Amino acid sequence: MPTWNMIQAINDALRVEMRRDPNVVVLGEDVGKFGGVFRATEGLQKEFGDERVFDTPLSEGGIMGTAIGMAVYGLRPVPEIQFSDFIYPAFDQIVNEAAKFRYRSGGQFTVPMVIRTPCGGGIRGGHYHSQSPEAYFIHTAGLKVVMPSNPHDAKGLLLSSIRDDDPVVFFEPKRIYRAAKGEVPEGDYTVPLGKAAILREGRDATIITWGAMVHEALAAATTLEGDGVGVELIDLRTLWPVDIDSIVDSAKKTGRVVVVHEAPRTCGFGAEIVTLIQERAFLHLEAPIKRVTGYDTPFPYTLENDYLPRAPRIVDGVRGVLNY
Amino acid sequence: MAAKKTKPVVAPTPNSGVFSVMKADGSVDARRDPKLSTAAARHLYETMVRTRVLDERMTMLQRQGRIGFHIGSMGEEATIVGSAAGLDAGDFIFPCYREIGAALYRGFSLETYMHNMFGTAGDTVKGRQMPDHYSAREIGFGSVSSPVGTQIPQAVGYAWAARHKGEKSVALVYFGEGATSEGDFHVGLNFAGVMKAPVIFLCRNNHWAISVPVARQTRSENIAVKAEAYGIRGVQVDGNDALAVVAATREAAERGRHGEGATLIECLTYRVGAHSTSDDPRVYRADEEVVPWRAQDGIDRMRRYLERRGIWKPSDEETVRTKADDAVKAAIKTAEATAEPDLETIFEGVFAEQPWHLREEWDEAARARDLK
Ligand SMILES: Cc1ncc(C[n+]2csc(CCOP(=O)(O)OP(=O)(O)O)c2C)c(N)n1
Repeated sequence: MPTWNMIQAINDALRVEMRRDPNVVVLGEDVGKFGGVFRATEGLQKEFGDERVFDTPLSEGGIMGTAIGMAVYGLRPVPEIQFSDFIYPAFDQIVNEAAKFRYRSGGQFTVPMVIRTPCGGGIRGGHYHSQSPEAYFIHTAGLKVVMPSNPHDAKGLLLSSIRDDDPVVFFEPKRIYRAAKGEVPEGDYTVPLGKAAILREGRDATIITWGAMVHEALAAATTLEGDGVGVELIDLRTLWPVDIDSIVDSAKKTGRVVVVHEAPRTCGFGAEIVTLIQERAFLHLEAPIKRVTGYDTPFPYTLENDYLPRAPRIVDGVRGVLNY
Repeated sequence: MAAKKTKPVVAPTPNSGVFSVMKADGSVDARRDPKLSTAAARHLYETMVRTRVLDERMTMLQRQGRIGFHIGSMGEEATIVGSAAGLDAGDFIFPCYREIGAALYRGFSLETYMHNMFGTAGDTVKGRQMPDHYSAREIGFGSVSSPVGTQIPQAVGYAWAARHKGEKSVALVYFGEGATSEGDFHVGLNFAGVMKAPVIFLCRNNHWAISVPVARQTRSENIAVKAEAYGIRGVQVDGNDALAVVAATREAAERGRHGEGATLIECLTYRVGAHSTSDDPRVYRADEEVVPWRAQDGIDRMRRYLERRGIWKPSDEETVRTKADDAVKAAIKTAEATAEPDLETIFEGVFAEQPWHLREEWDEAARARDLK
């Protein structure tokens, strides 16, 4: 098995599926000859031609509206939004159109489309190259939301997402695009949507997280292990529909839960997870569920390391629920 | 792909070709000359040179890892500084992200700029934004933001508001040709037409939006022609001819001041450098394409003009470059010696008054610093 980074894994997933399914097309800003500003679509135009991989005019609303039309026709478009910070001109098309097409047409029309978009901070990107907007999309009925944390999952989840019959917003944590490396099977395989990964098993406390924060949580779990604390670490992988059983089972098992996300705290997906757990496992809880998150401010430039929920903050959060 | 030159025109006029004033040798067509004073002509040229010097230094600093990012304007100085020179001091500028030259023309302090580049405690935007994302209200210059095109309708509203309050000022908004594909561009032009807003849409057609050439942005014959559909004026200008840009901007501003509405000015120029320090154009653009544009450099042309007018000697050139270089180095030294912003700068300024939750989060972040 080759060892690849996230970019290589995503690139390979697109290639595998485009070879398998002639209905898959890739469109977006700079995705063609350039192969994307992060190079995720590198070489695809060369292999599949500029009818299947092409640069659009600079309009996210246009990218999304036309991709929806293609999907309604029966193609499987994979539009790229260059940074998720720039997804908002497409918000109306995603929220009011892609998400509701199936429901409002009584199933006559569907939008099998995957919106790939880099997210998250830690790359010195300031306000507009760092945000984590997953909660807006989870909040919208009709969208699936995915965020992988490693190359293996990135490829397998992307293949599942393209084959899924509903619109998927596929967030790619850009900070780990090249930093996260791992073995990736060649050819076709899938990682199912809606299934979390339990990366470590433990009896003392549960950390629930996703995306780039998985790596901070792993570091935190290693530190805590040194103190004799056994952490169960859940990487959600698919944020919505979330793997409710894995979350609730672990909460019942440890009774102490910390949710970690990079996005701002208020109305972040962590708030929903906390609620889901307290509704289902209240009598098993030994401590209030803790959130370790980004703050309710725009994402700062110079002080981004204060903003991000790095491992020490996670360790502190776990100690908090242990010592409650 | 050189700028397509059709027949030149006496005043910038819709659909009648590319307006120019100066030839490559710096000679001018007297009928179109904006007749800048000696001081104004020199200030225009010197600002273009300072912009170039600054660009080169910032690119170097980024390569050395001393700053995180730079987005420059190499090759576009005549468009950027020339348009600023065509405005009155009371006119307002809505920037894109490549217009440091316009800010410098208006007297923006290099030191303030450099604090932004380093994201220091001395940064007027408190290290919150990326480099080259400053705000400069004191010189009538807005707040740089990354999303493409959002500033366009904002300029319409600003210009309309100023007129509503009886002012005789106009607003000028910068954007690239790529931005003309965004909805905000079309919305902005349409609103300006309907509201008769005194706004100047200044499109830097530098032919590339990162890796995407202008031919993939539009099938229109050019950008200026789009104005027609919205009932406003649209003109094409040689964007490497600083005097032509001054004349066209001035004319558009005068029209705005006199209730004649908005103008779209398409400046034909070229992004000689990379999109930003994060970009490598060799992957998507042949070097041969850049060569003819280098030969048409707007700075060289403006210098030849000054020399012909007898208001520039070789020693002046050395003086201005040395002065610019020294000023940039001094500003770098100051910024580099300045501490990072205080932790509280993350949590203040979200609202006029800090609500309880940000107070709590600030405490939490302060405690987190002790964890490390
Ligand atoms: C809404 C939005 N989409 C995408 C981007 C990423 N992006 C930054 S600059 C750029 C190209 C802009 O080209 P153009 O408008 O021609 O201006 P130029 O950079 O050439 O001056 C792109 C796609 C962005 N900043 N904002």
